[in-house]
Amino acid sequence: MSIIDWFAKKEKSTGSSERLNIPGDVWVKCTSCSEILFQKDLESNQKVCPKCGFHFRISPEERIRYTFDTNTFIEKDTTLGPTDFLRFFDTESYADRIRKAQSKSGKNDAVVSGTASINGLPVNTAIMNFAFMGGSMGSVVGEKITRIIERSVEDFKPVVVFTSSGGARMQEGIMSLMQMAKTSAALERLTEQRVPYISVLCDPTTGGTSASFAILGDINIAEPGALISFAGPRVIEQTIRQKLPKGFQRSEFLLAHGMVDMVTDRRELKTTLSTILTTLSIPREPI
Amino acid sequence: MKLLPFEKPLAELYDKIAQLRKLSIEGNIDLSSEIEKIESRAEQVRKEIYTNLTPNQIVQVARHPHRPDTASLIRLIFDTFVELHGDRLFGDDPAIVGGIATLGKFRVVVMGHQKGHDTKENIHRNFGMPNPEGYRKALRLMEMADRFRMPIITFIDTPGAYPGIEAEERGQAEAIARNLREMAGFTVPIISFVIGEGGSGGALGIGVANRLYMLQNAVYSVISPEGCASILFRDSKKSDIAADAMKITATEIMKLGIADGIIQEPLGGGHHDWKMVAQRIQETVQAELLNFKSLSGNEIKAQRYAKFRAMGRFLEPLE
Ligand SMILES: [Zn+2]
Repeated sequence: MSIIDWFAKKEKSTGSSERLNIPGDVWVKCTSCSEILFQKDLESNQKVCPKCGFHFRISPEERIRYTFDTNTFIEKDTTLGPTDFLRFFDTESYADRIRKAQSKSGKNDAVVSGTASINGLPVNTAIMNFAFMGGSMGSVVGEKITRIIERSVEDFKPVVVFTSSGGARMQEGIMSLMQMAKTSAALERLTEQRVPYISVLCDPTTGGTSASFAILGDINIAEPGALISFAGPRVIEQTIRQKLPKGFQRSEFLLAHGMVDMVTDRRELKTTLSTILTTLSIPREPI
Repeated sequence: MKLLPFEKPLAELYDKIAQLRKLSIEGNIDLSSEIEKIESRAEQVRKEIYTNLTPNQIVQVARHPHRPDTASLIRLIFDTFVELHGDRLFGDDPAIVGGIATLGKFRVVVMGHQKGHDTKENIHRNFGMPNPEGYRKALRLMEMADRFRMPIITFIDTPGAYPGIEAEERGQAEAIARNLREMAGFTVPIISFVIGEGGSGGALGIGVANRLYMLQNAVYSVISPEGCASILFRDSKKSDIAADAMKITATEIMKLGIADGIIQEPLGGGHHDWKMVAQRIQETVQAELLNFKSLSGNEIKAQRYAKFRAMGRFLEPLE
């Protein structure tokens, strides 16, 4: 539903950081404070604006680099890819949209999943990729998320998922809606096995993704300033016909309303995850 | 009865019949054979219209203001019904009704989205769009059903969960997500019926069922055709194309393996005969309750998991 807002934004600006027209692409303007930043400085600061703390959206590769122990990430289910089974056509066919998104990103779909370690602690993990069709959840996202959860049901490794998604993928019709139930059902099994699940909600996490696995963490961590909502702001504005309050549906708003456990700066995230996982995991014999 | 835009040819015939009746009374002349002729013509036209409905027309039937609603169907289907209120956390949401009911020797918990038939009722019911407390009431009743070994029957009929400020503040996403997870864990059977509109996560929030049935003119979709049209087609008026593209009709949902059966409606749509609709649902409920009687709680849960686990279409070539 709230993927509406993604499209609205997409019309206004492209991507999350505005690149200046300087050869070499070495300078970036902060989306939030407009400070001109040296690209290298921004990257060494985990893509957090050194001046105002704005968290830029990042790719799964960057996420892996910032969060997991060096060279511990092993990708799984690498060949899983989408198919245009409804032969869905809007202004272009879903098949073409898939091809474009794949060739632009070099990825099959909107999530990368696998195993990794955080300060020596093994986890099953998935990282959503907003750059791939707005991080929308279709069959592939649903299947990959379900598989990592099911692996954890078997091997008891904690699950850590990083969400960034505009919601369900309309081009897959009802099947995309059913991924909400599929992933949540897998989490029911995980809960039964008493394996911890940490959800890290990143900008944006809306619609069907927020109303399923994203919000169901034993612990929910939000990145600062992330849009987290069921209905998108534009849909709500159209429904109630009034302007929304400032900060509505941002991480800090969700913290104040009891929906997330903490809002954590990206640069602190690895340490926080490591502490939580160490504390939460039931000591078990290794299998 | 409100006629839908695509029933215009019928409206003209009905007008003609009314005119002839008036004329026959005022002029004291026998026009019964003419009237009969037009009536049978009207029946013929109705059959023609309703055997070839487009997805967009089916959406209109699914939203017909006089379509049978959850509370009325519950009263027609079950022998006894005691409505229960409140989520014990915040309030009672009139957009979802639920309670305990009996049908012969079966005891069940039954619930569903509640729409109204006129503006006043619809305002009270929020047009069938629940707030978080609606989903939490539903969960409370389902947990009770699980505890007392009562099968769960749900009726789905909502444009979607309510998109409002307070709904977001109280955790609409969390309320729905929790229901999805918890419904997966229950060891009593869950039988769901899409009786009108199955609108997105707001529908699924009470729809993680062992068996899903759709009324013939019900629809089930990830987003409303209007919403889809305004996003993907950049024009909300193209909802007819979106309704077609998203494959939202009972036939399509069944083809995709999401629905297990279709319940036929009377000619011209369920709003013409609530009792017939209720009776057909009742027969299905009874048959399903008998089916699940022989399964253990764990088998029931496993069947539901396997059903949803298989949902998804993707490619996976060997590496
Ligand atoms: Zn800044």
